[in-house]
Amino acid sequence: MSKGMSETGYLSDEELDNGPGIPSEGRRRRGPVAVLECIQDIPCNPCEASCPEGAIQVGEDITNLPHLLEEKCIGCQSCLPVCPGQAIFLVDESSTEDVSRVTMPYEFLPLPEKEETVIALDRAGQELGDTTVIRVRKTDKMDHTALVTIEVPKEWSMRTRAFKLKR
Amino acid sequence: MRRCEMISVGAGPAGLAAATEAARNGVEVLVFDENDRPGGQLFKQIHKFFGSEEHHAKERGFDIGYGFLEEAEKLGVEVSLSSVVMGIYENRTMNVLIRDRIEQVRAEKILVATGASENMIPFPGWTLPGIIGAGAAQTIANIHGIKPGENLLMVGSGNVGLVVAYQMLQAGCQVSAIIDAAPRIGGYEVHAAKVARYGVPFFMSHTITEAGGEKWIESATISQVDKEWKPIPGTEKKFELDTVCIAVGLNPMTQLLDMLSCKMVPVPSLGGRVPAHDLGQETSIPGIYVAGDSSGIEEASTAIIEGRIAGLAIAHSLGYIDDSSFLEQRDRQFKSMVGLRSGSHGEARKIAKEYINAVMKG
Amino acid sequence: MRIDDHPILGTFEKGQKVSFVFDDKAMEGFEGEPIAVALRSNGVKIHRYTMRRNQPRGIFCAIGRCTDCIMVVDGTPNVRTCVEPLQKGSVIQTQVGAGPEVTRK
Ligand SMILES: Cc1cc2nc3c(=O)[nH]c(=O)nc-3n(C[C@H](O)[C@H](O)[C@H](O)COP(=O)(O)OP(=O)(O)OC[C@H]3O[C@@H](n4cnc5c(N)ncnc54)[C@H](O)[C@@H]3O)c2cc1C
Ligand code: SF4
Ligand code: SF4
Ligand code: FES
Repeated sequence: MSKGMSETGYLSDEELDNGPGIPSEGRRRRGPVAVLECIQDIPCNPCEASCPEGAIQVGEDITNLPHLLEEKCIGCQSCLPVCPGQAIFLVDESSTEDVSRVTMPYEFLPLPEKEETVIALDRAGQELGDTTVIRVRKTDKMDHTALVTIEVPKEWSMRTRAFKLKR
Repeated sequence: MRRCEMISVGAGPAGLAAATEAARNGVEVLVFDENDRPGGQLFKQIHKFFGSEEHHAKERGFDIGYGFLEEAEKLGVEVSLSSVVMGIYENRTMNVLIRDRIEQVRAEKILVATGASENMIPFPGWTLPGIIGAGAAQTIANIHGIKPGENLLMVGSGNVGLVVAYQMLQAGCQVSAIIDAAPRIGGYEVHAAKVARYGVPFFMSHTITEAGGEKWIESATISQVDKEWKPIPGTEKKFELDTVCIAVGLNPMTQLLDMLSCKMVPVPSLGGRVPAHDLGQETSIPGIYVAGDSSGIEEASTAIIEGRIAGLAIAHSLGYIDDSSFLEQRDRQFKSMVGLRSGSHGEARKIAKEYINAVMKG
Repeated sequence: MRIDDHPILGTFEKGQKVSFVFDDKAMEGFEGEPIAVALRSNGVKIHRYTMRRNQPRGIFCAIGRCTDCIMVVDGTPNVRTCVEPLQKGSVIQTQVGAGPEVTRK
């Protein structure tokens, strides 16, 4: 077994496959859906409280892992900025072309601009390659956590979890 | 000599929560803090908090702090800053150094909510300028707005090390690595993932063996350790850098309680010697209460609840709330604590706290 | 060195820009910020040399507890510069050992 998150700081492939918050490939292909990369029993539940569709279940014991009910998720992004662990991403693999969209929280400056080329990074911070920024959202309600959507080749959609600017 | 009903030593989350809870119930409260700004650790914490809504989850630490201050002001709590409590004596009098004059104050009930101090590990070169506590890195970057250094190594993978490493990235510093002698990351994995995805490597089962440099730190050498945490020769790695942050744990600040010969219990899972206290946070010395990190290292969220419990217990013992209302309100706080003291991070603290409460009963 | 625009905190509120002197060099900082912060933003890392072994020391705790950052400020030794506010025209010197009184003997 490869080293897991408790040693490297990032999810291994096995952990990703078994996580209760990871949507199936079939669901990802049908449109934007939340990916909850949270697999440790920490006391936390703002994701559950933020979801207008009831698609995230933590339950009364707040150390339970968040479970994603993938059929209920409408991809609204409300859960992304509230997650103190920045462990929630939005993935959309519905395009008929060979591209997917990944939305992630971003708390650095400067913010990228729409259509800017940035370098996609995987969970370990390894460079995957150049990608394009599709959207940048930052509202008062998000409390300084911006959401950045980038377009990546489909095979990177479950690997891209950060990006860095080229400038 | 000035007199008042309750004094809190410390205006961190525990002290402020206790002060507001007591004041809400009618107690006259005075709070001393040696800092020139209130809030304790909260004002350095610029990340969103875990927990549930009742624990201020998803609010940033400093916003929680502002909330408390506003409430304290509304309730007429007096917060005296730049005021160091130097000693607490019999009959609950204390000497306070307020800027440059010493005042004597006496209170019927005293809460010690002095927080914690950082642990240090010695290694060759550890006194070189550029080797700083993780708390110092946070203070310098988040309060004063300068980078502690350009390129740093974080020693310690507990929540403090992880959070401060992330905050250093936000401040614009490079983080070469996070190391820990333990085989597994000590803090929350999601905190670790936040820095890992920006390329910060984790070296578990590693320790710092040397800091190099003539007048300030220019390099740090780390080595893998064996099961006894001894460095393994031949596994050295050297980083060129200008800063090392030490985040190897905190220990409760209990000097004031030691002066009173308060009963102490050694509890490693709570950070060392911890004052014994009962379910209302009262220590072995009647009228002296303790809450927050000074009663065992936990978190701001638990410090707030302990503070509220202490505030309620004080209001109750001064006769401001009757028995049934006290028990009911305290129960609500206990319930709120349950989730925070469970799971793989919280369970040990729950057991330790139960042990401390049991020691008090004798 | 200074963080101009922080992703969470925005800009930092500071006092007026003032000049001060460090070991005969003219420097600038903001009034009211800790002396150590003003020095750090000017690239100063060494605050003092220890009495017996003449070892350099700099900021360690940044909250006034460890005394690693003590310097001679306007002639007074042992001032904890991480908590002492900068004033216009302050004269700050690297402290050697216990400071001027003792070295003069
Ligand atoms: C980097 C970091 C990240 C953290 N992240 C989180 C988090 O995400 N969530 C969470 O819940 N917790 C977090 N914590 C923990 C949390 O900050 C502490 O547990 C909490 O602040 C403890 O509160 P307290 O009131 O006991 O002590 P403190 O906040 O330390 O306050 C104690 C106060 O007492 C004052 N004082 C001490 N001695 C004296 C004296 N003799 N006279 C006068 N005043 C005195 C001090 O100046 C200080 O202001 C974090 C801690 C750190 C260091
Ligand atoms: S994206 Fe919207 S619907 Fe889906 S889990 Fe998050 S909050 Fe719920
Ligand atoms: S809010 Fe984030 S860290 Fe908290 S339980 Fe949900 S996914 Fe995990
Ligand atoms: S750095 Fe510790 S007292 Fe100033």
